Amino acid sequence: MTKLLEWVFGVLLLGAAWAFVTFDILNMNLPRTYREVAWPMPLYLLVTFGCYSLATVGYRVATFNDCDDAAKELQAQIKEAKEDLRKKGFKF
Amino acid sequence: MASRTSTRSRRDGEKYSVLLPTYNERENLPLIVWLLVKYFGESGYDYEIIIIDDGSPDGTLEIAEQLQKIYGKDKILLRPRAKKLGLGTAYIHGMKHATGSFIFIMDADLSHHPKFIPEFIEKQKEGNYDLVSGTRYQGDGGVYGWDLRRKLISRGANFVTQVLLRPGASDLTGSFRLYKRKVLEALIERCVSKGYVFQMEMIVRARQLNYSIGEVPISFVDRVYGESKLGGNEIVSFLKGLLTLFATT
Repeated sequence: MTKLLEWVFGVLLLGAAWAFVTFDILNMNLPRTYREVAWPMPLYLLVTFGCYSLATVGYRVATFNDCDDAAKELQAQIKEAKEDLRKKGFKF
Repeated sequence: MASRTSTRSRRDGEKYSVLLPTYNERENLPLIVWLLVKYFGESGYDYEIIIIDDGSPDGTLEIAEQLQKIYGKDKILLRPRAKKLGLGTAYIHGMKHATGSFIFIMDADLSHHPKFIPEFIEKQKEGNYDLVSGTRYQGDGGVYGWDLRRKLISRGANFVTQVLLRPGASDLTGSFRLYKRKVLEALIERCVSKGYVFQMEMIVRARQLNYSIGEVPISFVDRVYGESKLGGNEIVSFLKGLLTLFATT
């Protein structure tokens, strides 16, 4: 199953569960409160996911390591490499 | 093969082939080779470096020939091609003559530092992983030379990809990786995309084929010499590739 199908399947499943409760399709005489909680649920989920995404990406951007030492080390090694290669007869 | 039996295996009998596709890297090539020799030498693993130059007009091949003279034909192998033909075919081309049972793939522009190579090898042994991928996004991993915009795009793209594809690896577009030879062959055969998406497809296909993936944090130092590229075109082609993988894997 492709990722796309997995997503379609998941959304359909959730959507069906939501529709059953919200519109009481099976006529199970669910209490009113169930329906009142259920109908705005998709919007809640969407907003929650949006917030989670923004927070996660924001946090990861803020904590993205800056490897200053790695850059310095590399610069020093480049010098060393050039000298050593010249000694070995390399022409740049 | 004669060359295989004649090379002395110092540590454990395994040999590591490093594939270096190059295009206009005459500044960087001697430096990356020097670093590779240094770190392989210090750690004692058996290795060879295969340079696949795609007809660079700046004379990268001539540089490579000089390096071959210095370090020897058993350590530096030249597999040039007439013109630019893409990364996937460069790996296939380079692998044809590789004698190692493990293959390293990395960029020749010094953004990937050979000092991590021993860590890749130890990680691979630790879990007998089919592939070990360098990651900028975990542990001590990170980047140098990226502004906020670049970091945001990178993290954002990575997040969207993680959500949509759940690939089981944290760095999908990185290209510093160690593969078992057979695994790399199997993956390349199946991969069709180009550019950034190629590396991502390799990981996604690996998950699809149930290969095990290990990860090593790496620091990514953006190109010292030469231009680094990330424009609107790259982003659009990345999104296209992502959606293609989403629909087909």
